[in-house]
Amino acid sequence: MARIIVVTSGKGGVGKTTSSAAIGLGLALKGHKVVLIDFDIGLRNLDLIMGCERRVVYDFVNVINGEATLNQALIKDKRVSSLSILPASQTRDKDALNKENVGKVLEELGKSYDFIVCDSPAGIEAGAMMALYYADEAVVTTNPEVSSVRDSDRILGMLASRSRRAELGLEPIKEHLLLTRYSPKRVEEGEMLSVEDVEDILSIPLLGVIPESQAVLKASNAGEPVILDTESDAGKAYQDVIDRLLGETVDFRFLVAEKKGIFSRMFGG
Amino acid sequence: MALLDYFLRKKEKQVTTASKAKERLQIIVAHERNNRNKQPDYLPQLTEDILKVLRKYIKVSDESFSINLDKKDGDLNVLELNIELHDEQKTG
Repeated sequence: MARIIVVTSGKGGVGKTTSSAAIGLGLALKGHKVVLIDFDIGLRNLDLIMGCERRVVYDFVNVINGEATLNQALIKDKRVSSLSILPASQTRDKDALNKENVGKVLEELGKSYDFIVCDSPAGIEAGAMMALYYADEAVVTTNPEVSSVRDSDRILGMLASRSRRAELGLEPIKEHLLLTRYSPKRVEEGEMLSVEDVEDILSIPLLGVIPESQAVLKASNAGEPVILDTESDAGKAYQDVIDRLLGETVDFRFLVAEKKGIFSRMFGG
Repeated sequence: MALLDYFLRKKEKQVTTASKAKERLQIIVAHERNNRNKQPDYLPQLTEDILKVLRKYIKVSDESFSINLDKKDGDLNVLELNIELHDEQKTG
């Protein structure tokens, strides 16, 4: 049975697609068979972050409508052969997806993949509900900022009431908190909610803390998921996330601000 | 005086914007969770009454009956009843 993981948040722009790309590629680099699905019908972007935008021929909705087979629509990653991407359509209407036809596609994918990573659209509309409906696990991507935390809590409510697992009374979706764009320096100055603050409010287990990092923009510029930038703090933090998803216990890094050296202090570095 | 200012300022700083944020969030999140989980008071009684009426006509076990009041987006509330009918009851 494939593990179906939804990367969700409620609020837009918090790093869902960046995180989906990093998690998908990271799991594949560990040798697992992974398929990444873009659920943001009408606004596809995962292809761009993954760097395969020019190889999109068919998309999710084509498969749903029977205009293409899954194999025609899936794009094999050029870097890791065990990773495929199912792009969202760009023009079709959002109502193309329903529980039944999405369920069929996921079931088919589940036969040949270990992980199905669903990149959810923002909001709490039908698209976001479809992305989380079949999930076994949810990575709730949150920025340490009031509106993002509040929206994450709304999404937690949806996970607990609107998912397949909730409807069938099965074991609930396993929830993970992924805190992104974290700035330890601002936390120390009292200008940003700390990891502990967000954990206190949302009370779900912490999967990872991704520091605010220049590497993320560089990675999306190049279409190379940031986890490939193994020198960067964000890349390392996503690597830890992968290890935790695979059941390892890894200490959290990048939670304290780097102390400035005496020289940069003196010369205002 | 500057020295005094320095110490006073440190004291003021204790109420940081982050702690304000946390306090506000705790209040609003708790409030919204409450609303989310709230089932109307009449639901248990309504369930019982509906079952009573149904059982006048058909056999309904507790397991084959479910009732759910769902808040959809906006002001729309949906009362959903699920009753499983067995074959024998149709003929009988």
